[in-house]
Amino acid sequence: MRIELQKRARVSTLFSVLSPLLALALTLAFGAIMFWLLGKNPVSALYSFFVEPLLEVWSLHELAIKAAPLILIAVGLSVCYRSNNWNIGAEGQFTIGAITGSILPVMYPAWHSPIILPLMLILGMLGGALYAGIPALLKTRFNTNEILTSLMLVYIAQLYLDWLVRGPWRDPQGNNFPITKTFQIEAVVPEILSSSGRAHWAFIFAIVAAVALWFMMRFMLKGFEVSVLGQSERAGRFAGFSARRMVWFSMLLSGALAGLAGISEVSGSIGHVQPVISPGYGFTAIIVAFLGRLNPLGIIASGLVLALTYLGGEAAQLSIGISDKVSRVFQGLLLFFVLSCDTLIHYRVRLIFAGTKTAEVRG
Amino acid sequence: MFEAILLTVITASTPLVLAALGELVTERSGVLNLGVEGMMIIGAACAFVAAQLTGSPYIGILAGIFGGGVFSLLFGFLTLTLVANQVATGLALTILGLGLSGQIGEAFVGQPGIKLQPIVFPFLSDIPFFGRVLFRQDLIFYVSIALVVGINWFLFRSRTGLKLRAIGDSHASAHALGINVIRTRYLAVMFGGACAGLAGAQLSLVYTPQWVENMSAGRGWIALALVVFASWRPWRILAGGYLFGAVGIGQLHAQIVAQNLGIVIPSQFLSALPYAATIVVLIIISHNRRTTLINTPAALGKPFVPDR
Repeated sequence: MRIELQKRARVSTLFSVLSPLLALALTLAFGAIMFWLLGKNPVSALYSFFVEPLLEVWSLHELAIKAAPLILIAVGLSVCYRSNNWNIGAEGQFTIGAITGSILPVMYPAWHSPIILPLMLILGMLGGALYAGIPALLKTRFNTNEILTSLMLVYIAQLYLDWLVRGPWRDPQGNNFPITKTFQIEAVVPEILSSSGRAHWAFIFAIVAAVALWFMMRFMLKGFEVSVLGQSERAGRFAGFSARRMVWFSMLLSGALAGLAGISEVSGSIGHVQPVISPGYGFTAIIVAFLGRLNPLGIIASGLVLALTYLGGEAAQLSIGISDKVSRVFQGLLLFFVLSCDTLIHYRVRLIFAGTKTAEVRG
Repeated sequence: MFEAILLTVITASTPLVLAALGELVTERSGVLNLGVEGMMIIGAACAFVAAQLTGSPYIGILAGIFGGGVFSLLFGFLTLTLVANQVATGLALTILGLGLSGQIGEAFVGQPGIKLQPIVFPFLSDIPFFGRVLFRQDLIFYVSIALVVGINWFLFRSRTGLKLRAIGDSHASAHALGINVIRTRYLAVMFGGACAGLAGAQLSLVYTPQWVENMSAGRGWIALALVVFASWRPWRILAGGYLFGAVGIGQLHAQIVAQNLGIVIPSQFLSALPYAATIVVLIIISHNRRTTLINTPAALGKPFVPDR
């Protein structure tokens, strides 16, 4: 058997919509097989992984909490990837944003003013943007590969955070735990509907950012510039667009959004700074971006799906006793299937069996 | 003292050299596989589990090579057959590898591992200094050195190696000459996966003989940087690998020395050194656009769909 690709004359709209759904279905099918191999009942395992977390209101709040950083980071990354800038260090920008945003509550715990929260959010965005500015500078100035530099900076940021909370930022009254003082109430991102659950304003930020970037990509010249430079730098040059400026624009934008996600997470969900503040949001957001087909509105949906894998992992760990590492496997599988299903958008796929029989995937 | 440090440097450098050599061959064929970290950790998990189950570290090594090679096929299928984006697929391979390896190794956390014993060459190992350093090493070290020599010969002295490089520089021309681009690239990707798997086996059988989640700790990414540093040449991989290994070991010794002298350097700053060094080295290597352009395989990362 052989697989042959035939370029479509135009992009298939049908498969543009269908491919993420197909990928989800394949992931679920593989998940069922995996659970079966682990000796669990696949149906009940999938149920407790993907359905149970959706049945209760407080749990939906948790979903929003987990989806917020994913969406915020992923919409920024989508602009990067569309313009062919491969920022994979969002986890580091998230971490630095959390640190710079936390400077005020950690240094001035007695400052009770409503202005502290907006300042923190701005500082977080600045920190994330500056940290993403390092690979941008290295790429534009020294032609250094941004994939490798942005990733190395993740390790450095995590070690820096570790040093801060074990050293200078450690709460002296914290029983020697490596955590900072709990933030004062004015420095905490408020909850949206505190009567029913913990979800806080980060989710609103995420939706606003997604809609704004969707608007930019769809209706503004800047969005067009992003796509043109991403598809062909040469064509972009003829249109008078600068690839160099686009490196800066996309990296700073995605860094700022990752920084905002970082400070909102620390302030809204955790309430203090600690050595580990993220279950890999910055990396999972890469999957979110691709599952959303690099479209900001699609990313809202895919962010919720990936958030569900985190929640489901926690739930399944408790209810059927499988390790939470299963959610990492699910996330990896999902990205694989998304990428392979995307082939259907641009190509007709033919399966050619030995002999003359030809089967064709319709489309 | 110096001898002991040198021995630890060798142990720390070997996985970097191995993984980078594999990636070098893959990239020379024009394929950019960013999933080295994922293939490495899968190799480490397979090697550890196989060694625990059979009691033989050598079967562990084979399992590591096999695991890495098979895992890389996933990347090959997506990028070569389905022409998916290579950067994104490589990331997927890393994410899946880290998750899957955690799953594979979970039952083995905390178990004492089986260490691969060194092979002692009679007489040669009695030579002062060099004997200890060069002739009392484990099999994987010897393989890594043999691979440097072998790959160098293969790429620059053999006909198949020439074809491989031709594909990496212009797949369209190679295809027109009747070279099977896709098949060669599949083999190159698998070779890269097998090498990364072997590097992983070294981690879980020699470097720290136990299973720890995420034990590759970014070494796959450093290996990727190493390929750029070496400007796609095997001998420079050897030199660069040992340089990076020395930085990693050097920071450990610096911590002890600083402690003895009463200087307080936070351990996190020293732990960040290998990553910072990688960035600095990348800057130095890539700032000259001309030489980078000459050395990089011209078709690197570009998709290829054969016309019929």
